[in-house]
Amino acid sequence: MLDLATPTISERSALKINPAKTCQPIGAMYAALGIHSCMPHSHGSQGCCAYHRSHLTRHFKEPVAATTSSFTEGASVFGGMANLQQALINIFSIYNPEVVAVHTTCLSEVIGDDIPTIIKKAREEGKIPEGKTVIHANTPSFVGSNVTGYSNMCVGIVNYLAEKSGESTEAINIFPGWLDPSDMRELKRLAEELGVKYTLCPDTSDVLDLPQTGVYEMYPKGGTPVEAIKRMGDAIKTVALGEFTAHAAAQKLNDKCGVPFEALDAPIGLTNTDLYIDALRRIAEVDVPASIDAERGRLLDVIQDIGQYFHEVPVAIFGDPDHVVAMTRFAIELGLKPKYIFSGATGRAFENRVHAILDGRFPDAIVKQQGDLFELHERIKADPVKLILGNTYGKHIGRAENIPLVRFGFPILDRVGHRLFPTVGYRGAMHLVEKISDALLDQRDRTCPEEWFELVQ
Amino acid sequence: MRKIAIYGKGGIGKSTTTQNTVAGLVEMGRKVMVVGCDPKADSTRLLLGGLAQRSVLDTLREEGEDVDLEDIRSQGFCNALCVESGGPEPGVGCAGRGIITSINMLEQLGAYEDKVGLDYVFYDVLGDVVCGGFAMPIREGKAEEIYIVCSGEMMAMYAANNICKGIVKFAQTGVVRLGGLICNSRNVDRERDLIEAFAEKLGTQMIHFVPRDNDVQRAEINRKTVIEWNAEAPQADEYRALAKAIENNKKLVIPKPLPIEALEALLMEYGLFN
Repeated sequence: MLDLATPTISERSALKINPAKTCQPIGAMYAALGIHSCMPHSHGSQGCCAYHRSHLTRHFKEPVAATTSSFTEGASVFGGMANLQQALINIFSIYNPEVVAVHTTCLSEVIGDDIPTIIKKAREEGKIPEGKTVIHANTPSFVGSNVTGYSNMCVGIVNYLAEKSGESTEAINIFPGWLDPSDMRELKRLAEELGVKYTLCPDTSDVLDLPQTGVYEMYPKGGTPVEAIKRMGDAIKTVALGEFTAHAAAQKLNDKCGVPFEALDAPIGLTNTDLYIDALRRIAEVDVPASIDAERGRLLDVIQDIGQYFHEVPVAIFGDPDHVVAMTRFAIELGLKPKYIFSGATGRAFENRVHAILDGRFPDAIVKQQGDLFELHERIKADPVKLILGNTYGKHIGRAENIPLVRFGFPILDRVGHRLFPTVGYRGAMHLVEKISDALLDQRDRTCPEEWFELVQ
Repeated sequence: MRKIAIYGKGGIGKSTTTQNTVAGLVEMGRKVMVVGCDPKADSTRLLLGGLAQRSVLDTLREEGEDVDLEDIRSQGFCNALCVESGGPEPGVGCAGRGIITSINMLEQLGAYEDKVGLDYVFYDVLGDVVCGGFAMPIREGKAEEIYIVCSGEMMAMYAANNICKGIVKFAQTGVVRLGGLICNSRNVDRERDLIEAFAEKLGTQMIHFVPRDNDVQRAEINRKTVIEWNAEAPQADEYRALAKAIENNKKLVIPKPLPIEALEALLMEYGLFN
């Protein structure tokens, strides 16, 4: 398996092999599913939509409904206006969502379809029923990655929906960045435990982590309602969790409605969760309840109990930039030694952010934007690590090099835990500690010399 | 900030007229940015004194997506800010997409922000509005005023009429309006009357009649706008007058493009029966 990777690092300027990222529209589709009763719509040819839906389904193990403009040769030449208008008529008459969230594809971007104009025309011509909403985001896949698409759709949500009436809601907006439904559920639980009034947007809990009831609902109870999104412009402050997936929407809301924001990282690990809790506490002027203190204490306790096995263990971390940035900090907190930190994200911002967290303490660490897994494999072959933290695409390297992979981030196509247990908050951190220590100790038990094989650890 | 796009048939003198007019505006103390939206990247040569400026897309190709504003924007005559979108080699790629990419990038980099203090931004767009990309400057309120450069020649008027069709498409839902026709004279018989009549039929105005003068070519050979090359030249005053007319223009309309028969009839009326 993957025999072609060698311990020499080949210089490549034009070729990526197994890039650590995927298409923009996948992110836009995922963000749109976090609006209540929303149909994501892919403005392009059918194949895009089919792939994006199935990729989300493989991760969440839930059916993902989305519609497409079904571009043909004709639409590519004459523009996709007729297709999108017909699609809107069909979607509202057949599937009847509250919101249609249109995102573009490479094809519609190249031919330069002007979505706002098409939406305005459709509204003027009565093709969008009264009271229904159509929003859009531009998501050309030849720019950025899946996280850019997620961010663009979040900006689109704010752009179309958020309003300022002047009457304060006394609530805090939370832009969660790209997290799993279990994580969003945990963010809400923490906010509720603190007694804080909040609006989480987008919110995919109760949309993509549904209980089995035997009944299919196209629009489940979850997702942020349009009314709640409208009122985000009247909030006292916004907390944005992730530079690459949440900050742009918070900035947009600030520009549009004057709601100031605090820009944090994803609350993965001890410090990042502290910062999230502290931001909510300060803004809402509440005290942190003993129950949350106790959770934090239990996390500290388990880190102390197991920390000896983490000490200086070299680790490779890869995946979407916000996940990697937050996980790098957590890895350092655990005593792990970050060695390769790769993201498919484009731009110096990722490398700068990670270097700020490493703070010069790991001079040998290799940080890479626009990274690909082939290079990661080459580097691991040349100078191995003992643990890989990343998504399912790391399993080939793990198997080829006999290194345990702890799955986190997106996508996880071959395990179930992410759907049930969060990675954010103190509880999420405890869950990650368990997974990491299990992986390291199982590996040790399997491979260590007999005289080192211990019953008690 | 006034946001202006200049369209017109290929070779009609859009870039020359734009730069000479901008020279008139910056001479009046206005802060202007010119965005060349032509893959040939020759829209700012006169303002920059012929300096081969690196285009947005070349920079993107060579440096990746981490581009700074200073990499792509240069200062020219009287501090006019100049940007060339650039694009692919002839015959390959997609020039229209190139324009979308460059304008998005300028927005991202904050080229239009209040702190830059722009009074005007000019988009100098190649030829006809042939695809979605070339319509980019008139989408989503990016440019709010269009001026079409034309002459009394049939093909130039035909192109102007076609461009009006593009404007109508975006004007119905957006803010873009036609500000007028700029007649860049080719010494056609009764050219002024013809273009004035044409403008009236379109529901707009001929904002200025720029007479043909070889000083324009002389200045071009010297890589300068006429105003910079010889501030006293009569042609310099023509461009000053055009700049002033644009500065004071309040007549912004949704044009009414003509059916081709009406256009032919107009040409017959002024061209033949004089």
